[in-house]
Formats: sequence, structure tokens, C-alpha cells
Amino acid sequence: MPIHEKSLVAADDLLTHDKLVIDGVDVSGHWNTMMKPRYVSDYDADFQKTIQAYPGGENVHRCWQCGSCTNSCTMYAINTDFNPRYWIYLVNLGLKEELLKDRDIIWQCVSCNKCTNICPKDVRPEGVMKALQHWMEDEGHVATSPSTLFDEEFTRQCFDRGRIEDTEVIANFFRRTGQSIVDLLRTGWLGIMIARMNKWPLLGRAGLGTFLKRMPVTGPLKMGLMMVFKPRTRNWARTGEVLRQYVEEQKRLLKTKA
Amino acid sequence: MARVAYYPGCALEGSGGPYDRSTRALVTALGLHMENLADWNCCGAMEVKNIHPMLQTYMSARNLAIAAERMGFDTVMAPCNGCYHNLKKAEYECATSAETMQTVQDLARKAGDPVYKGDVRTLHLLEWLMEELGPDGIKRRITRSLNGIRIANYYGCMYTRPRQIFPEKDRGPGSESSHKPHFMDDLLEAAGAVNVDFPLKTACCGGAHTLSDSDTSTQLVLNLLQAAEDAGAELIATECPTCHSGLEMHQIRAEMKFGIKTGVRILYFTQLLGLAIGLSARKLAIHENVSDALDFLHEKGVI
Repeated sequence: MPIHEKSLVAADDLLTHDKLVIDGVDVSGHWNTMMKPRYVSDYDADFQKTIQAYPGGENVHRCWQCGSCTNSCTMYAINTDFNPRYWIYLVNLGLKEELLKDRDIIWQCVSCNKCTNICPKDVRPEGVMKALQHWMEDEGHVATSPSTLFDEEFTRQCFDRGRIEDTEVIANFFRRTGQSIVDLLRTGWLGIMIARMNKWPLLGRAGLGTFLKRMPVTGPLKMGLMMVFKPRTRNWARTGEVLRQYVEEQKRLLKTKA
Repeated sequence: MARVAYYPGCALEGSGGPYDRSTRALVTALGLHMENLADWNCCGAMEVKNIHPMLQTYMSARNLAIAAERMGFDTVMAPCNGCYHNLKKAEYECATSAETMQTVQDLARKAGDPVYKGDVRTLHLLEWLMEELGPDGIKRRITRSLNGIRIANYYGCMYTRPRQIFPEKDRGPGSESSHKPHFMDDLLEAAGAVNVDFPLKTACCGGAHTLSDSDTSTQLVLNLLQAAEDAGAELIATECPTCHSGLEMHQIRAEMKFGIKTGVRILYFTQLLGLAIGLSARKLAIHENVSDALDFLHEKGVI
């Protein structure tokens, strides 16, 4: 899919007049759409350095705008506003305000790595996407995204036990995002998944005999036990603590670098 | 034969249980030998790197170090794409950046963990099976053909991207391809299946955001399901628990939210290979899959 050149005419730069006379000439009608001249003087000369300081953003300066990243991007195929090449361009030029116009969608990078895979200059665009999201959240330009909340819950379990347990991740994520897990179980996809996993639909469709023949035992039993007796890495206590401290320290260092 | 440490990862111990059980059953039945990686921890999946990349590098390196230092093994084998990807990435980062290796080793000493030295290789289950047996080795052990079932082989993102961390791929005949992977195709064909020409073998299912951006994932998964059906597939074979669960979850969600129903079934390739070498469906945990393929497999004479 070809890349549509990012529109240089932002909608809010257009002026339309029903009636317009310029220097005595009536230009109403056909000639009524004008474009506000733009003077970009608010670029931030330090913006590139700021993003380079974030883990993942180190190579943003290497970009030569070939567009391979956006061309291959999974999210761009769904939403053409999701444009890694353009955002990298804005970082390197220091056009922070332009970048922030897209602040609500940058978090949606799914880390498919099609960009990193194809980039001829080792820019590692996926890393830049994550660096940008971090920067926006740190600076308060956006609220913590749903994916960051998920990442934080997942990582908390890793710090604590060295391993995660599926149902705890789901339950805590829903709690933190204010979603009702009860609804999802009663009328949503989660309830259907659990029903199908346990072959309950067979009770209605095929009868008790077939259900008993096909009913899974080991799987649900193991999952149930793990919900109570959480899986954990044995020699992990010190490791978890060391890793926690490492992240804290890196956050402190970032504040001095960025 | 390599001394292989088996790294199931968190998903295989949880919702990916069928993949773990079918892998163990298949490996034993094929006469291969592997041992459980001792006291392993999460590889970091797709989440931990977003808190800090070094977290994921370290957590993966700890697993590799356990295999080498505590068990004296030279190979770690992971059935899960995510784990495989992360271990390979950690290996790559440590091998190409002295600073990264130094940090990993310093953290290990601080934590009292075994110290990673870069002397362990990581294999995906597919790579291990191709290395040990190959399609011919599988063919010799078939007792019950897959009877020409039409399969779309789905590999996802983590198995091949970014290609830089998979230096063994793209090395000419016999090696795996990073843009058109075929190892799973080859093994299932040897077992009697017919592989359809599936254009979205390595398309993303949105797995990293399957819960935090579910609508995006449902769209992406719907693409996969519909493309598989359009290509004539009766089922999709998977080699990753998150891809597999994601396909199952969003197949349901697509029907509920968008009213679009797809009938293609979803099975782990280990379950299919297991059936072909004569193992029972229950041993392969086919009963535990959310996507119900039992009737279909009966019809095809495979169960």
C-alpha cells in the first residue's frame, strides 16, 4: 500500500469566506478558500536528544525518510494517521507540537517489528514508538495508556514472583481500567471462551454422554490450582529486588539526561 | 543430538496448556529427549520491555544462564514464539553490545543468579524437530495420515521479526525463511496435510494489545481468519500459544461485536503431528482447545 504523503494542509489552517473582496476584487465563490500562512518557529532543538535518551529511541537520528517503516506498518494499514516515518521526521526536526497532534494513537504500536525488520538504517522505529509513548506519559501529555497499565501489571507480577498467572493479569488489568470482568464473563467473550474450553456447549448440543466423553479434566484442574497456588520462580526474591532497583535508578538517570 | 532444556514459558503453563501437553506427548513419542529448564522465570513477553528493555534482556538471559551454568546444557528449546523471540533477542543484544553484556552480568552477580556467558543457543520447537527429524523423519513415523486436510500455517510476528536477531534464517536451501517461513508447512505436509497458499503467514494478530486494544486485535485476527478461509483452509495451524489463544478469542469477539462468523478451526501443529503418529486426542489435549475441532477431525478420519 503506497504511503499517502502526509497532508501538509491541516484542517484548522483553512479559511473559507462566503463573501470576500481583496484589493477591490470580488473573489467570493470559486476563490473563497484561503490557507493561513504557517511560520514554524516553535521547534525544540533539544527534542531529538530528549527522545534519544529514552530506551529504544537511541537511533532516531539515523533515519533518512525512506518510508519503509510506514509502508510495512500493521497499524498504518488500519489507520493512515498512524505514521511512524512522519513522527520520526518530527522528532528529528524538533516539531514537538505537530507530533502531539497525534498523541492519542501512538500507544497503539503493536510491536509487530515489521518496521525494525525492514529499516535500512537501524533506526529501530518500534523502539522509537515506545520511547515517544514513555516521553508523553512522563511529561503528562497523555494519560497512562491501556497498554501501559497492562505492561505495569504484568511487570509487577514478574518483579514479585518471576512469573505471571493468566487470570490474575486479566482480573487486575480490568480492575485498573474500570472494566467489569463480571460482565465479560456473563455476556462477553470471556464467558464464551471458558464455556468452550470446558465443552459446556455440548451439554445443550449433544447431550450428557458426549459431554462426559469430551470434557477436559487436566487443563481446567491445573488452571484452577494455579489461580490459588500462584506459579513462582524459587530463587527469585533477590533478583526481583535487584531488577526493581535497576528500573528506579534508570528512571532517575533519565531525568538528568533528557 | 543436542542436550535440550525445555522452556515452556508462562503461557504454556496457563491458557496455553494444550500446547504444552501436546508438545510433551509428541516429543516423547518421537523418541526425542529433553529436560525441563530448572527454576525458570518469565522471558518478559511483550510487556516487560516497555517498562525497560534491559528488564527483558536480563530476564531472558537468566534462563539461558541457568541452562548453561546450572544444567550444563547447550540448547534451550521453546515452543512459544514470544519466549523464542525474547531469548534470541537477548542473545543478540548481549553478543552485539559489550555494554549490554556487562550490565546483564553485573545484574546477575548482584542478584546471585548464574552469569550468562553467551554460550547457549535457542531453538524454536519447529527448528528442533526439523533439525532432529526433518520431514523425512516425520514421514517414517506416520501411522495415520492427515488425509489431505487443508491447512493455513500461521507463524505470526515473533518467529521471524526482526530478521537481525535470527541469523540462522535466510541461509539458502534447508534453512528457514524470515519472510516466507515454511518449517511448519514442511512437517505437516510430511504428515499428509495439504498446505494452502496463505498470504498472511507472518501478519500480526495484535497479540501484544489483545486485551488493551481489543478492537484492533479483532480486526487483525478477522483478516487472518477470512484470508485463511478464502485460501481454502479448513483449519489454521499455530506454533505459539498467544497467537493461538488470540485467534480463538477474537474469532468469538468478531462474531459477537461485528456479527461476522468464521468457521475455520484452530489447532496447534503438535496436536496435528501427534494425531498423525498415532497419539490419542485426549493425550494431545485437543479436548481443551477453545476452538472445537473434534467433530471435524472425526469426519476427516484423523481421530
